[in-house]
Amino acid sequence: MRRLAANQAVQEAKTAVEDQTPSQKNWLSAALQTLQEPSKNIWYAVRIPLIAIILALLVGAVILALSGADPIVAYQALFRGAFGSARYIQRTLEKATPLIFAGLAVAFGFKAGIFNIGAQGQLLMGALTAGFVGFAVKGLPPAIHIPLALVSGAVAGALFGAIPGALRAYSGAHEVITTIMLNYVAINITDYLSDGPLKDTSPGNIVARLPLIEPSAKIPLLGPVPVGFIIALVVAGLIAYVLERTTFGFEINSVGLNPHASTYAGMKTKLLIVSALVVSGLLAGVGGAVETQGVVGRFQPGFNTGLGFDGLTVALLGRNNPFGVILAALLLGAMRGGANLMQFDAKVSANIIDVIQGLMLLFVTADVLIRTVFRLRKDKTSEISLTTSWGGK
Amino acid sequence: MARTILETKDINKSFPGTQANQNVSIRLEEGEVLALLGENGAGKSTLMNIIYGLYNQDDGEIWLDGKPYAINEPHDAIAAGIGMVHQHFMLIPVFTVLENIMLGAEVANGPFLDKAEARKRIIALSQDYGLEVDPDAIVEELPVGIQQRVEILKALFREVKILILDEPTAVLTPQETEELFVIMRNLTKQGVSIVFITHKLKEVLAIADRIVIMRRGKVVGETRPSEVNEHDLANMMVGREVILQVEKAAAQPGEALFEIEGLSIHDAAQLHSVNNVSFTVRAGEILGLAGVQGNGQTELAEAITGLRHYNSGTVRIAGEVMPQTNPRKQVQHGMAHIPEDRHKHGLILQDPLTDNFVLCTYNQPPFAHRGVRDRQAIYENAVELIQRFDVRTSSALTPAGDLSGGNQQKVIVGRELSRDVKVVIANQPTRGLDVGSIEYIHRTLVRLRDEGAAVLLISSELDEILSLSDRIAVMYRGQIVSTLNAAEASREEIGLLMAGSAQRTMEAEAA
Repeated sequence: MRRLAANQAVQEAKTAVEDQTPSQKNWLSAALQTLQEPSKNIWYAVRIPLIAIILALLVGAVILALSGADPIVAYQALFRGAFGSARYIQRTLEKATPLIFAGLAVAFGFKAGIFNIGAQGQLLMGALTAGFVGFAVKGLPPAIHIPLALVSGAVAGALFGAIPGALRAYSGAHEVITTIMLNYVAINITDYLSDGPLKDTSPGNIVARLPLIEPSAKIPLLGPVPVGFIIALVVAGLIAYVLERTTFGFEINSVGLNPHASTYAGMKTKLLIVSALVVSGLLAGVGGAVETQGVVGRFQPGFNTGLGFDGLTVALLGRNNPFGVILAALLLGAMRGGANLMQFDAKVSANIIDVIQGLMLLFVTADVLIRTVFRLRKDKTSEISLTTSWGGK
Repeated sequence: MARTILETKDINKSFPGTQANQNVSIRLEEGEVLALLGENGAGKSTLMNIIYGLYNQDDGEIWLDGKPYAINEPHDAIAAGIGMVHQHFMLIPVFTVLENIMLGAEVANGPFLDKAEARKRIIALSQDYGLEVDPDAIVEELPVGIQQRVEILKALFREVKILILDEPTAVLTPQETEELFVIMRNLTKQGVSIVFITHKLKEVLAIADRIVIMRRGKVVGETRPSEVNEHDLANMMVGREVILQVEKAAAQPGEALFEIEGLSIHDAAQLHSVNNVSFTVRAGEILGLAGVQGNGQTELAEAITGLRHYNSGTVRIAGEVMPQTNPRKQVQHGMAHIPEDRHKHGLILQDPLTDNFVLCTYNQPPFAHRGVRDRQAIYENAVELIQRFDVRTSSALTPAGDLSGGNQQKVIVGRELSRDVKVVIANQPTRGLDVGSIEYIHRTLVRLRDEGAAVLLISSELDEILSLSDRIAVMYRGQIVSTLNAAEASREEIGLLMAGSAQRTMEAEAA
């Protein structure tokens, strides 16, 4: 009976909507209309990271000049080193690939209000596991061996992400603390295994590392483009789809924005926190696996250092948007890829890249500063919520 | 005529999609209480935020003491002797009263804080204005009414001449409101001028010297309490005839739809915040749960809606026992829940209205199919509900946080009551709302009752309980001390029960 009344009211409302011209009836046209609002257009979304990047490059130029190098020569060399030839482009893409995964991992956590500093550890576990499956499993065709190693890396990362997830959800231990500590656990596990049970026993080897992976596990190139990079693009698109279109993505976003309202809405918030860290760890794990299978060719401690932390910079520069993450990862990958040539041409240490990257992170997180200096209006709805539990609401 | 101390001249301010202030000119005289009356979204708070420097006007001027004065940020306003007490307090909960008051206006002795001197000044201020408060109390341990005093003291400590109070009574009990009015009188006697923002008509008539009424961003009238009554004010505020009394037929109670039996909650200290509470709400009746804030209503409401764990007892919807902490299951059994705190539980402020309208049904058809959301269906639903529940917004894709409080509440009411509901739990459904919205929500609740829903109304506003309920249960210290038939209950009797002074355990018959 009530449903009948409600239906009737809905019918009336429908007629009313049809009568009213200014309101859009179609979702897409309404969404396009909002894009025309100054606070919703693309420039509005990218301005802070863009300014942060330019500022970092400017300050970097000053530092270059102070250290006796010509900033213009240095930046030209950096650019050529990143994009100057097919080989250089390949290197840039190789460098960008794990950064996309690490950036997606951190960004996915952020969406759920989780600050996953443990991407580094999850990435290491993924890289090691893929390295192990890569050499220990023999006689498989590439079509099976490559995905098998990738998936095992993903699973290892996911499991390693599940630990802080469960700790956060069921005991309240904050993920910032637990993931930092688990990073050391990961470093020690991988160090031990590569210098112990899984050590490369080929004659003459004294280095702590795993044996080379089978050729069948190696991710090939497609022209100058590493296939791992293509996988990264596909995964980024997939993550964007999950976040934008699926109910799971809606739940993840909701928990990140307002866990209380999510509970009210009947979402299993604890399970969602675990899921968010599992997905985050999975992405980091794939990143590690791709690095092992596509670039390094084996697991060797020290080769993946810092990738997980760079993921933090990538996520923040990319404003937690999967496509933003791709762009930010390409930028950082280009800087890493071009650093060698810059070092050679301009006679400056490649470490300057770390400085510039650090400055980018500083400027993008200090967006209050940027807003004040450049007199930009505060945008209250698309503010990045880093965590919900640290002084957040 | 008294000296004009503050004046706004043709203030204009627009936000995307709305003109929040349109040629607003108001005048504040020295030592008066000026009530700024208007519905939510009428532009009162916008105007005050402009005066306090939180927003900058698009054009128009602010004059102080007969001279134009540029206020670009709160710092300028404070320097000009303007203080503001916000609806949501700006206090640091873990600091003491003294520390909170000093914050930003530290009394220093070289590099050190001079707490002794500050304490002296605070005690002197408390005595001068009759604002009793212990300077060493921790703010979070104080009742809301006292926290508000701390806010007022904070302003006085900065030697304000003009005090803006934004909806100060929204969080207060009737007694605390009385005390606040005494304080306001003391302040004006000593030359402080007060702008009192509100939408409560009784209060305006009780305290204001002059009343300015705003509607949809414009000043629509100015009057004095002696010249008007509540009815006139309501009409001016809403812009049409308003019926203050809810009209409803006698209840036709049917089967028991919502049954609570022996529900108890122990909090951390093993005290009973809710102690052995039992009640039944039948189809076609409204049960009002009255009580002074903090007597267990919040905990009880959370427990029976699946948001909080309870230690013993059962919750039944239409005869079926509900599992603990499972709001989704209760929604599936026909529960609608209008939560007490709309910002905490009711909405995701950053999300567009489209998503907020499907917050509890986002995973069901037609809004999602096999885990993929249907944006067009979600959008159509929002457009329909915006129309049907008269939500004022520029678009269905506007973030919920951009709406005024009344419209936010309409979004929640629209979402919850548009489902096929059997049980409605409305917790403070009209808190902080304007007359128009209150009228609307009250009528909706009565309509649902008449359509056969069981309605539980939890409210700390006794008027609301009295005008809507068919039966009234009074809660005191975690227990229901009495259940009365609304027709037989008097205001005085319920007031006494709420204060815990009359322990009556007579159970009124529902029919």
